[in-house]
Amino acid sequence: MKLAISIMVVVLLIVFAITAYVLVKFRRRAGQSGVPEQVEGNFKLEIIWTVIPLILVIVLAVPTVQQVFAFGDDHFNDKDAVQVKVTSHQYWWEFEYPQYGVKTAQDLIIPVKKKIAFELKTADVLHSFWVPSLSGKMDTNPDGTLNKFSFSADKEGVFRGKCAELCGPSHGFMEFKVKSVSEASFDKWVTAMKAPAVLPEDAALAEVFKKQCLSCHAVGDQGGPVAPNLTGIGSRESVASILLNEGQEGGKPVKENLKTWLDDPQAVKPGNKMPSPKDLGLTDEQIDGIADYLANYKLNY
Amino acid sequence: MAHAHSVKRHKGLMDWLTTVDHKKIGILYLLAGGLFFGIGGIEALLIRLQLIKPMNDLVSAQTFNELITMHGTTMIFLGVMPVIFALMNAVIPLQIGARDVAFPFLNSLGFWTFLFGGILLNLSWVMGGAPDAGWTSYTPLSTNTYSTTHGVDFYTIGLQIAGLGTLIGGINFLATIITMRAPGMSFMRMPMFTWTAFITSAMILFAFPAITVGLVLLTFDRILGANFFEVANGGSPVLWQHIFWIFGHPEVYILILPAFGVISEVIPTFARKRLFGYSSMVFATILIAFLGFMVWAHHMFTTGLGPVANALFSISTMLIAVPTGIKIFNWLFTMWGGQVRFTAANLFAIGFIPTFVMGGVTGVMLASAPADYQFHDTYFVVAHFHYVIVGGLVFGLFAGLHYWWPKMFGRVLNETIGKWEFWLFAIGFHLTFFVQHFLGLMGMQRRIFTYLPNQGFDTLNLVSTVGAFLMGVGVLLFLFNTILTATKPKGVANDPWEDGRTLEWTIASPPAEYNFKQIPLVRGIDAYWKEKMAGNKEMTPAEPLGPIHMPSPTILPFVMSVGIFIAGLGMMFSKEHFSNSFMSLIFNNWIVVIIGLLITFGSMLLRSLFDDHGWHIEVEELEEEGVKA
Repeated sequence: MKLAISIMVVVLLIVFAITAYVLVKFRRRAGQSGVPEQVEGNFKLEIIWTVIPLILVIVLAVPTVQQVFAFGDDHFNDKDAVQVKVTSHQYWWEFEYPQYGVKTAQDLIIPVKKKIAFELKTADVLHSFWVPSLSGKMDTNPDGTLNKFSFSADKEGVFRGKCAELCGPSHGFMEFKVKSVSEASFDKWVTAMKAPAVLPEDAALAEVFKKQCLSCHAVGDQGGPVAPNLTGIGSRESVASILLNEGQEGGKPVKENLKTWLDDPQAVKPGNKMPSPKDLGLTDEQIDGIADYLANYKLNY
Repeated sequence: MAHAHSVKRHKGLMDWLTTVDHKKIGILYLLAGGLFFGIGGIEALLIRLQLIKPMNDLVSAQTFNELITMHGTTMIFLGVMPVIFALMNAVIPLQIGARDVAFPFLNSLGFWTFLFGGILLNLSWVMGGAPDAGWTSYTPLSTNTYSTTHGVDFYTIGLQIAGLGTLIGGINFLATIITMRAPGMSFMRMPMFTWTAFITSAMILFAFPAITVGLVLLTFDRILGANFFEVANGGSPVLWQHIFWIFGHPEVYILILPAFGVISEVIPTFARKRLFGYSSMVFATILIAFLGFMVWAHHMFTTGLGPVANALFSISTMLIAVPTGIKIFNWLFTMWGGQVRFTAANLFAIGFIPTFVMGGVTGVMLASAPADYQFHDTYFVVAHFHYVIVGGLVFGLFAGLHYWWPKMFGRVLNETIGKWEFWLFAIGFHLTFFVQHFLGLMGMQRRIFTYLPNQGFDTLNLVSTVGAFLMGVGVLLFLFNTILTATKPKGVANDPWEDGRTLEWTIASPPAEYNFKQIPLVRGIDAYWKEKMAGNKEMTPAEPLGPIHMPSPTILPFVMSVGIFIAGLGMMFSKEHFSNSFMSLIFNNWIVVIIGLLITFGSMLLRSLFDDHGWHIEVEELEEEGVKA
């Protein structure tokens, strides 16, 4: 890419220089009469500006082809690779770790420096999986044309991920986070994910939560697969991928974000598939209770 | 008497509805194209206003998606294509020394189907929602399941009808250029604009059937419940991407080649020098057109086609840089050693060169698949194709309009205002789109209706919006210029730029109905310039003065297009549940479609049954006019 940019800058400079020279040198001057020489062409010059670009194209093509094939290698079954099956939904991301039997959503936790091998698919329309600061993007297609690719993070930290293919009104809000952590933390996280579900302490609230939320969402070993997995949502970087939590620039407390979301999901992410909790008959008190419970549902890793 | 004067002369509106004169059809194309260009421009400004700051809520997410879809679709199919056709209509027959196009009736039909297709598409704004799946309309987002309004139906059927017009126009220009060149004008003596129009028409002939098929399939999926793109029933969404881009990529060259042609006319005229490397220009044009069909999958590097396809399409795409580079250097060396005049037309033409080169180099960068994994679907791409289409094509169109305006309307556009237009438009353009390269590199994806703060996007987006409004002012100035000019009296010289090189500058501005009283004899490339250099004031005629056969005006093309328009609307709402039982009856039983098709086919029948032999302008009339002039 650096090679391409430098070649292109040189090309630009040459063309700009010739343009500037021509425009200054050969402007028509006052009183100029007579017809300039009508030049048909110049065989040598024309050959030069055909051959040089051809050479430049070859110079660019060689590394391009090498990289294309390197990128196309399938690392999914490498021994040391961490497999992640990504399923995109309008407008959230599902991450399944088949080697560990863990499923999560929105925050992709990865061990630092390890190769992460992805298998991508979509549950509805086309999306594109993109973490700008870690790697290029790859489309998520419906069954039959699954894409595979891999990347690794060199350092620990949180990286922003995005959807790069128009997928509906909330396309711009279909973000996710990649959290690169040490290998020990990653193992702890897997263990915590596999622990039994923690339900609200208040029995009545737990009942409402089970009935109204777990019909689609899941926590731990309970609930359904239709909507984002909520296990440990209190320790995620964001709520609904765009309400950033404390610790990030412009972030707010988790509970406040959860309440904003539960209050009116459509206002936060237009066109998303979650029914408004109020329409489901939840009272403000119950919503507050559930927000409080979820905000405190943290994983230790 | 052998030559009957039985033709009806229409006046006013009827004249415009029935005309088959290529010069008038050119003006119609210009008006309609200008109208849609304005609509697309307003949509662009709304998009930029929405993106002026993070988390803006000027328009809703849904409306934003409708705006981007309609902006792209309108600008490409209904904005710039017709203005290209306007120039082709206004200039090509004159440049090749012909009295009209090969099929004047078809020419009119092409215009009216384009116009009614465009109107149908834009009606979506007031008839239940505009299309919202992007101008590329990727499935499954554009299927019934995920796009529930009639928006995408307006897209498929509107574009189908408009595309029919384009295809008809393309075929017509192919036939015209092949068969109607004046004696002596061999292919290698054709002006460059005629060459590019010829190649563009050939590309239309091969590329538009692909989109026609694609749109039919999508229409069937949406309206008749077919499964071409439904995964659950064995369809393939990736198939749509292939079909769309097999059309879509050549379309880019269909757009840009005529601009290359315009530049190749304007620069030599205002440098008083013949085009440098004419034969290599012709060759490069053909090569670009050929390669243009070989690169479509570079829009799909991230679809997952595999390394072999990605590598091949990367290389074929990079190869296009070679013929394009040849053209750039040829233009520069046309000016080398010349006497360059900075008229408004030439400013746009010269401004085109560096701007287009910038679009070209980002194109080569995008061509490399591994790099494209980063650039794809970001503002880097948005910047790239606007550099090519606006910085390339629209600059070219403005150059062409300023250059040929006197030939079309008999009045020269105001030069001072023209220069203001150029500077405002050019500065606004670079402000708008240059910063978008960096937005893309920083990770701003395209087609997002808003963005979170703290990503470093805010200032650049603000700059971009300010630039867009400067461009808007530039376009308004052009509009003002045309209105101001229209109030001035007609009557410019045949050759208002004094250095005209081609045949259109040998006749009156605007030309008489029949263009050439006597078809000229062409004795070399740049036919008029050659005569001038030989000391002749006029072309040598290739035929004696005789009666001129003219095609009759006819309302049939207009009526046929109305019929298709009605059938299209009927098709679209055939499954709609109306509250009104009469509406349900006529729509759900396909009665509206049948009525529409009856109108169209009925008109065809009329056209076939009643021979129209046209009419003649007699020698006496020609001579009378000669005396008047």
